[in-house]
This record gives sequence, C-alpha cells and structure tokens, in this order.
Amino acid sequence: MTYLAKAILLCAALSVAACTNGGRFGGGNGADGANGANGGYGANGGMVPGSASDPASPLYFQQSVGDRILFLVDQSTLTDEARFTLDGQVRWLNSNPDYSAVVEGHADEQGTREYNLALGARRANAVMEYLVAKGVSPARLRTISYGKERPIAICSEESCYAKNRRAVTVLAAGSGM
Amino acid sequence: MTRLTRPSTIFAALIALTTACLPGVLTAQSGPLRIEITEGVIEPLPYAIPAFVPENPAAGQLASQLSRVVADDLTGTGLFREIPTSAHIGSITSFSSPVQYADWKAINAEALITGAVAVNGDQVTVKFRLYDVFSGQELGSGLQFNGTQNGWRRMAHKVADAVYTRITSEDAYFDSRVVFVAENGPKDERRKRLAIMDYDGANVQYLTDSSSIVLAPRFSPSGDRVLYTSYESGVPRIYLLDVASVGRRVLNTGVGDMSFSPRFSPDGQTVVYSVTQGGNTDIYRMNISSGQSTRLTSAPSIETAPSFSPDGSRIVFESDRSGGQQLYIMSANGGEPERISFGEGRYGTPVWSPRGDMVAFTKQSKGRFHIGVMRTDGSGERLLTASFLDEGPTWSPNGRVIMFARETQGASGASALYSVDVTGRNLKRVPTEGGASDPAWSPLQR
Repeated sequence: MTYLAKAILLCAALSVAACTNGGRFGGGNGADGANGANGGYGANGGMVPGSASDPASPLYFQQSVGDRILFLVDQSTLTDEARFTLDGQVRWLNSNPDYSAVVEGHADEQGTREYNLALGARRANAVMEYLVAKGVSPARLRTISYGKERPIAICSEESCYAKNRRAVTVLAAGSGM
Repeated sequence: MTRLTRPSTIFAALIALTTACLPGVLTAQSGPLRIEITEGVIEPLPYAIPAFVPENPAAGQLASQLSRVVADDLTGTGLFREIPTSAHIGSITSFSSPVQYADWKAINAEALITGAVAVNGDQVTVKFRLYDVFSGQELGSGLQFNGTQNGWRRMAHKVADAVYTRITSEDAYFDSRVVFVAENGPKDERRKRLAIMDYDGANVQYLTDSSSIVLAPRFSPSGDRVLYTSYESGVPRIYLLDVASVGRRVLNTGVGDMSFSPRFSPDGQTVVYSVTQGGNTDIYRMNISSGQSTRLTSAPSIETAPSFSPDGSRIVFESDRSGGQQLYIMSANGGEPERISFGEGRYGTPVWSPRGDMVAFTKQSKGRFHIGVMRTDGSGERLLTASFLDEGPTWSPNGRVIMFARETQGASGASALYSVDVTGRNLKRVPTEGGASDPAWSPLQR
C-alpha cells in the first residue's frame, strides 16, 4: 500500500516534469543530474531539496536517482532519458555495495497477457544488461516480469499507459543473491 | 458444503427405457426435427419442456429445478426457443402416458421434452423423452441417468446434451466445466485466484487463495488436472494441480528466469510452454512424467502462447519475429514455422479448435481487441467480437462456442467472461460472482 502510494506520487511528479520541459532531466532538472554525476562525495542533502537527504538511502535512490525508467509502446529499447537515469543507478549501486536489486519489467494493459509477460521480461533485461555493461556486478541483480499484472496508473489513456510501461529497480539489502 | 464436493462419476450408462421404445427408432436425420448449425441466420427451434414429473414426494422440488436447467441450457445456445409454460395447453402428469400431440402442435412446439425424477436417499434418477411433435413420434429412445443429490445439475446437463445432440447431430457441451481466474479489487490492487465452475457459472469452487498472482489455467484432456502459472515462488512458474485433491506441484522446467503459458498435449503426457531466459522468450515442450524438456524455438523474438493441434502433430503459437505479433504453425517437434496470419494488426493467443479445422485468436487492430477465428491455413478470417479489450479465447468441447474474457475501460474497469458462437451469434455474459479472466473450457465430462 505505502509503496504503491509512493509510486503513484512519484509518477505524478515525474509526469509533471515531463510536461513542463519535455524530459525528466531537461531544463532545471539538469542540476539534479549534475549533482548525481558527482557521485557520493558531491551529493549532500542540501543539494536536493524536498527529498531524502541521505544519499546512501534507498529513499534517495528512489526519489533522487530515480528508480524507474519508461518505455515507448511495445518497445524495450532504452531512451536517452532512460540511459541517464540508469547511469545514476549505476553510480548509486557502485557507491552502495551493500545493496542488491531486482529489476521489475512491466507493460501497459494494451496487449495480451502472455505477450506482455514476455515484453516485461525484455524490458527488465534491457535495464539489467545496461547496468551490468556499466559495471554493476550481475551477481547483485536479477529480473522479474509482471507483464500487465501490476499497473500503477489505472486510467485507460496514454497518460496512464506511459507510466505503466516501466522498469523499476527495486533495492534489497544484501550485496548479492 | 455441497459446492466443494462433486460426485466422482454419474452413472452415465445410458439405459434405454424398455417401455414404448418403438421398433425402428427414428434418428434425428430422418425426421423433420433437425437444426443444422450453419453460418446463416437461423430461426430458433420452438420447444416445450413441462416441469419434470416427481415420481415420489422427495423429488418434488428437484424435478422442476432440473427441467429448468435443461431449458436454460437449450435456450442459452440461441438455437432453441422455449415456449413458456404459461402458454401450454396440455400438461404432463405422468411420464408413461401417451403424449397428446395436438396440444403441443397447437402452441407450435416442434419439440417436446418430458421427464420424471425420483429421489431415494441421496440417489437421484432422471428419465426423459424427446418428441417430434409435428411427426407425432418419439425422437430416439427414452434415457435414464442415475446420480447423487449433489450432482443433480450434471444430470440436467446430460439430458440437455442428449437433446442437443439428437436435434443437431453434433456433440454437445453442457456437462462441462470452466477453470478461470477469479478477480477482485481495482486494477492496481487486483487479487487473483484460480476457480472452477460449471460451464454455466454454477458450482463455483476456488482452487487457490489470492496470496500470489495466478494466470491462465488450462485443463488436461481428461479434465482431471490443470496447468497454470503462479508467482507463488516469487517468479512466474508453471504449476500442475490435481482438480479432485487440489494438490499442486511446480513443474521443474530447468532453465530460465520464468516459465509460463503452459498447455497440455492431446494425450496429456506433454506440456508445451514458454521459457524466458536473459529477456528472450522461446517455446519448449516437456514430458510430464520424465521431466525431460526439449527446446522447440530458438529466435531472439518473443515466441509464446503455444497450442497443440488435436492430433498432437503440430503447434500453433504467436511470435513477433516479423516485427509484430503474428500466428505461426510448426511441427510438434519444432523446426521451421509457417506464418498463417497476415491481416492488419496484431494476432496473439492462438488456440486450435477441438475439431482441428480452425484456430481462435485475439486480434488487436486500431485500438480495439477482437476474438476471431481462421482456418489453420490462415484463410477465412472472421472476427466474432469487438471491444476495448477482449482476450484469451477457449473452445467449447464441441468446437461450436468460444468463451473469452472482456475487460472494461477506465479506472473502474473489470474483467468478465463472455461466450459467443463460432458463427458470431449469441454473445452473452457468463455469470460469475466477481471479476473473471483467463477461462479454459474442460472436455465433456464422463
């Protein structure tokens, strides 16, 4: 419940960002990205107002790094925005080796159940491959697909579908599995 | 209570009644009383079914309930039209008395069904006769079914099956069950559990709780086992469930991050399914008793939703190797598949018909979903439904009716089961107490 509520709030925030400047990290948001690029030593609570202040916290990962990326209809290719977010995830994961992660792949409701399961797996795998290519140990990562079984936005319009076509990197305590 | 138990068998021994069994029994083909199920518009056949006669006081209520279920079965097909009892002139007070054909002719009943019910302790006996009113003859011999009180609806379905078969000369489907996913809650908090019910929605029994997501159950050819996908272990895995004991075990499919979309072979010995490994989904088959598996496809695309032909020699499945979901047929041993769908849009969830002549599928085109059928060479495509989201067809045992799930649009959208004739006629909702999806129709019960 609380996770879902958070996820919905976060999504709402992301969609506002997308509306105002055409990209989650365009414009003013770029400052956050620059801070993130400095990694552990550059980040501090004061630089990211309104979010979890401890850069080593999962909450910081969720809210400031960004725990999810979005996909185009029926696609599993990573957009430039997605790569940007994932680069932040790589830095965070490398700075916080005591965490492992499950990458969850999801699809919107506009597809058949089996295909969407397979599509969600493709999306989760695209994220995992990217994280591994950038230096995260594969032993710390695994994937799961939920297909269209776990939407976070429930309207039957593109605004909701866009939020549901996602891969979410969910942290877990422990350095490997 | 009663919904948890079913009689293991009904004495389906079709005991021909000795009385009034005319020599040279009429067959459905020889008389005028016949429905030929064709593509064209048909006029439903008018029939009368007076309440069955209770043969002892204990049978009083059951007799009329039983004849009601027979009528619901027949009328529900859209092929028969019941003449209401309020319009009847004649009445049947004794199962063995001669029928006054004129009384039934006068109300334009072409067929008359009479029956009698006796109850002795837990034992129920049902007898029925079918009459061709206009030729003034009995159609076939009278039949008798024996069963238990709990199984009374099955006996009604067996009577309706016999009537349907005599008049249409086709196999029937009323004494069958449906396994499905019962759903509750909003889209973002939906709870799912496996359930089984009679084909008409009666006698619902839940097979799992809603602690894990469960998907797409499929019956074994004899209806005694169910394959399904569950997140019980944390990731999607295929489970095999025994319907009678509700015991289940995971199928060890060996490789892969997840396994799903299972279906039995026609002999019940083999499972064909999808495995996802490293983000890529392919089709495998596995011998259930030996656990030995074979990979059937090796492509970087998504290959899923496999379904055997009734003779077990071929498999129809969906693949997006061409860029979008399309239907393909390959040998049951793998090898180069042949694409059969070429229309506009995306085609998925193919299911081979029990007659072997057609494939039912889900089609997405221009933002709408359809249930459709095509011949196995891809010709003769016909869309039977259209809605915001129709998905996952399953065939009635006789290949005449298709059941599927329909999800409504929007934040309060919910899923329900519907059925439609393979002709596209007679679209109707199958009653379930909550939401429902992923139906799979059993074979005719024995």
